[in-house]
Amino acid sequence: MSRQLLTGNGAAAWGARLARVDYVPAFPITPQTEIIETLAAWLETDTMDGRLVTLESEHSMITAAGAAAATGVRVFTATSSQGLLYAMEMIYTVAGWRAPFVMINVSRGLAAPITLESDHNDIMAARDAGCLQIHCATCQEVLDSTLMAYRIAEDERIRLPVIVNMDGFYLSFTREPVELPTVEEANGFLPPFDAENVVFRASAPTSQAVAVLGGSPYSYFRYEHHLAVLKGNEVYDEVAAEFAERFGRRHEAVEAYRSEDAELLFVMTGSFATKAREAVDRLRDSGVGIGLLRPRLLRPFPETRLRELLAGKQAVAVIDQNLSMGKGGVMHAELASALYGQPDMPPILASFVGGLGGRNISAEEFFEIAKVLQTAVAEGKTPPPRLLYTRDELREMRKLQAVAQVEREELGGGR
Amino acid sequence: MYRIRFHGRGGQGMKTASRMLGSAFFAEGFEVQDAPRYGAERRGAPIFAYVRADRAPINERGIIRQPDLVIVADDSLVAVPAAGVLGGMTSDTVLLINSHESPDTWRHRLNAQSTILVLPEPFEPEDHAELPYAGAACAGAAAQLLGVIPWASMEQALRHELAELAPAVIETNVTRARTAFERMEPHRGCVREGRAVSAADYVPPNWVEVPFEAARISAPAIHAPATSVEVKTGLWRTLRPVIDYDRCSRCWWVCSSFCPDSAINVDAAGRPEIDYDHCKGCMICVAQCPPHAIETIPEHDAQAAEGGKE
Ligand code: SF4
Ligand code: SF4
Repeated sequence: MSRQLLTGNGAAAWGARLARVDYVPAFPITPQTEIIETLAAWLETDTMDGRLVTLESEHSMITAAGAAAATGVRVFTATSSQGLLYAMEMIYTVAGWRAPFVMINVSRGLAAPITLESDHNDIMAARDAGCLQIHCATCQEVLDSTLMAYRIAEDERIRLPVIVNMDGFYLSFTREPVELPTVEEANGFLPPFDAENVVFRASAPTSQAVAVLGGSPYSYFRYEHHLAVLKGNEVYDEVAAEFAERFGRRHEAVEAYRSEDAELLFVMTGSFATKAREAVDRLRDSGVGIGLLRPRLLRPFPETRLRELLAGKQAVAVIDQNLSMGKGGVMHAELASALYGQPDMPPILASFVGGLGGRNISAEEFFEIAKVLQTAVAEGKTPPPRLLYTRDELREMRKLQAVAQVEREELGGGR
Repeated sequence: MYRIRFHGRGGQGMKTASRMLGSAFFAEGFEVQDAPRYGAERRGAPIFAYVRADRAPINERGIIRQPDLVIVADDSLVAVPAAGVLGGMTSDTVLLINSHESPDTWRHRLNAQSTILVLPEPFEPEDHAELPYAGAACAGAAAQLLGVIPWASMEQALRHELAELAPAVIETNVTRARTAFERMEPHRGCVREGRAVSAADYVPPNWVEVPFEAARISAPAIHAPATSVEVKTGLWRTLRPVIDYDRCSRCWWVCSSFCPDSAINVDAAGRPEIDYDHCKGCMICVAQCPPHAIETIPEHDAQAAEGGKE
């Protein structure tokens, strides 16, 4: 094992290399492109075995990924944002094929308006596709999760695509120290893909994903797919335990940071959760009993674990870096459904939406969220949802609108 | 924790500078985070990169709001608001500018309480976007100002980050970094580690309820034609094309057709004119003009000649 500085994109590429992937269908999109560029350079120089093919779109890329995985080879691919959306039809489809492969999604806000910076609406859009999802907070996690993802995807109980998510810019372009396992260590953890009955060979035809008219066989297949994703909870825990044993790094399905004796909790996913971790330390310094829960596993949703960790707590602030228009933060709703009606659950479950399009969440905002929770506990009342947005930002927005108005008038646009 | 921000233009090696410094910190046993931040990813456009270094794992992320050290590779950026060079500077911040003007001039001009140092380029480059060794010099200077990175680590980091370049280029980089390192000797260790914000005593965010507004106002649209005219891409220019009208044969179309920004207008008499608000300095017109009538001069000099425009 060696420790070196790697970007999130570099860590993802190393993950694929150490997983000895056979096939990489690819299509470029910012901020993911560096992953496939890195792999392409290694493949071209025979630093790594395997084949990389650039397809004409993400839609074809996922079709190729699913088709290749269905022949029993190990497949890696990566995308982001609009690319993920463009691929969506095939993401649902290949998951239904029960084709195991690993895809990195580098989170980036969705259009319109268009941006390059990160939030989680893209990955949330793939929430119901029937893939498993692991959300990373550090570059180290990107590498480790990629290796773990193959173990989970290829497990005979699962046989599904696993998406490993990292934030654009905040991880994709940021270098951090990463422990790089040796080839032997990686091989010890991740054996070759045993495709079992997942084989497709010349002169041995199989039909995958057959048509089923009539709702009852359809219901059976869909529900089995659901049960397989749920099985991911158990398989994830096994794989994480073995990973910890071999590499000394424990990646629980839910990271619980200083939560044991906490009365208040932040709940959030992704790299911004490390900011929450920092805020927990500062708040603890000043005597506030707060902790952080960070689901790494989002599909399956680790409900049981979250209930255990939240039992007896007073108040929770879910900070969603996504927004379901007409409802609110997605994880807040998911957590509410997991906790409602269960014994001993925190009476206060507050919703905050922040970090959209890469907008910073400052330390002061975390401190203020803690204060909102304290007030809510004192008053026994859950506060209304809040977008993290300041008066100064609105002022800046007004300035932009004024400029647009002037341009409209000066340049003779419509009303 | 040390928080360092490098500002430059695309092409001046700010990402490389942040990586050199990051690797040097890492070699000294620090936990490190380094990252570039691009706006428009174009040569000449303002970019910055940042480095955090601490003895403990780093949980902070993203843009550095309160830097301990700001390094500016190109002094023409200070006046470009979009570059955000001065953002978050306090009296504890050290500002190092690559400039031929004195620290006093800058102190006066910026009305800043920060410690201001200058690191003049030893020679005046033809093209500011081609300050090829600016990154190495900035990183070398930073290492000295921080005082916790010995030259040996800096040199090793530099060689590591530049390993793919030609040996002669690497040596020049090493020399430039070394020179900068040595020239900053009198200021060794003048940068102080910033502290974390305290949860006991902080300025609360002035959150606002974002009001409902009808789509007429709140849709991300600008109802006017030709609004990109308002984007002065001329700010990216580090070289200026200048037409020598004695040589221009009034071919009337070559330069204006090739210009990717439509920044050359031709009047009825066939006389081309460059719109410097939008010419981004790509030099395509210079290359294409059949009678070689378009010259280049460094933007820096052109502005100085115009006087006070800077
Ligand atoms: S350098 Fe010439 S071609 Fe390039 S933008 Fe300026 S005017 Fe146009
Ligand atoms: S291409 Fe050269 S000759 Fe033709 S109009 Fe432009 S400057 Fe004049």
